[in-house]
Amino acid sequence: MKLWRVPLDAGHVKVTRGIVHVIEDRCKGCGYCIEYCPTHILGFSKHYNKKGYHPPQILNPDGCVHCRYCEIICPEFAIYSVEAPKPDTQPEE
Amino acid sequence: MESAKKGKTQSKQPPRHPLDDWLRTDRMPHIWCPGCGIGTAFSACLSAMAATGLPKENFVMVSGIGCSARGAGYANVDSYHTTHGRAIPFATGLKLANPDLNVVVFSGDGDLFAIGGNHFIHAARRNVDLTVVCVNNYNYGMTGGQVAATTPHLAKTTTTPRGNPENPFNIPLLAFAAGAAYVARWTMLHARDLMDSIEEALKKPGFSFIEVLSPCPINYGRRNKEKALDTLHIYQEQTIIKNGAHPAELEGRQDGKIVLGKFWDVAKPSCNELYEKTCRPDFGKDHAA
Ligand SMILES: Cc1ncc(C[n+]2csc(CCOP(=O)(O)OP(=O)(O)O)c2C)c(N)n1
Ligand code: SF4
Ligand code: SF4
Ligand code: SF4
Ligand SMILES: [Mg+2]
Repeated sequence: MKLWRVPLDAGHVKVTRGIVHVIEDRCKGCGYCIEYCPTHILGFSKHYNKKGYHPPQILNPDGCVHCRYCEIICPEFAIYSVEAPKPDTQPEE
Repeated sequence: MESAKKGKTQSKQPPRHPLDDWLRTDRMPHIWCPGCGIGTAFSACLSAMAATGLPKENFVMVSGIGCSARGAGYANVDSYHTTHGRAIPFATGLKLANPDLNVVVFSGDGDLFAIGGNHFIHAARRNVDLTVVCVNNYNYGMTGGQVAATTPHLAKTTTTPRGNPENPFNIPLLAFAAGAAYVARWTMLHARDLMDSIEEALKKPGFSFIEVLSPCPINYGRRNKEKALDTLHIYQEQTIIKNGAHPAELEGRQDGKIVLGKFWDVAKPSCNELYEKTCRPDFGKDHAA
């Protein structure tokens, strides 16, 4: 996530990160996940799925904050995010 | 592409959606059109069921007929796809026969408030312990987009080409006036609030009603110059959350906005409870809801 100001406690607060998965053949290309991803990291891919729709692709994998909104807005059960393993360099809370 | 993440944090996750346990995955993709909001409302309903922590065996889903009513056929719990308008009578029977079940009705505005309207008001009056989720897409989607009891005044449908001359039901007011214990309204864009609301309703004894505004881009949207994303933008920009607003104030729009929120939440004895107390005071104790 891009921050416009680095928080003073940046070293202590864990920013959750996610890894997005797309089940391409379930997607019907509505674009809801793309439109409403808060960090705008999704876009339509160029290729077609089995049903002839363009599934989303992840343009900036590092930008996913694992908010799971793409997962809950998707009418097709076609996209979800899992929490990325945390780098162990950060101090415990 | 399973994931664009190519770094060493890449987990080899199989493409299994978190709700796949609750879905009849062999029936995916479902029949709903691209951009149809029913899938999102349905997803929120399944998430809420999962979030209660209750086992799948505790749930039954009942639907009537219509696009929304296809829901029952996709839920991986015991489910009933009944006749048009009759989801609530089937659900009432299930609840009376086995009070331990958590009975969810998932259906459309036409099914629940036009042909099934009478069943709705009486189930609310009797405070039958059901959770009723109504997908309101302002029309009869399945049969080609006819006017419904929920179609806004002046909206165009196949049967109101000059615009709807009538006024729609204020369905939260109807539910409240008929005696529901819990009344809320969200849009499918407010998916998190919707999920929380359904979860709360599932845990609550008595008749709970949740209206979900949802786009039907194919039949309603097309005739009212609303693409699927336009409808979502309306849900985003022209809604206001007012928890506790009196249902009588929800008529049409307030200051140009559609009012969302939890409007009503009271404790009162459920249908099963009253029946046991009144008609079977001696041997009904362990069955009181
Ligand atoms: C007894 C009976 N009358 C009429 C119909 C035709 N019919 C099927 S679905 C439907 C309306 C569905 O509207 P709604 O409940 O709003 O569902 P949607 O498709 O919009 O989700 C009608 C009138 C029917 N199947 N059975
Ligand atoms: S989880 Fe949130 S941040 Fe990550 S892709 Fe989905 S919507 Fe975007
Ligand atoms: S919300 Fe779901 S169906 Fe729509 S484009 Fe994204 S993945 Fe595809
Ligand atoms: S006709 Fe309308 S309600 Fe039915 S599946 Fe298509 S978009 Fe959804
Ligand atoms: Mg409808």
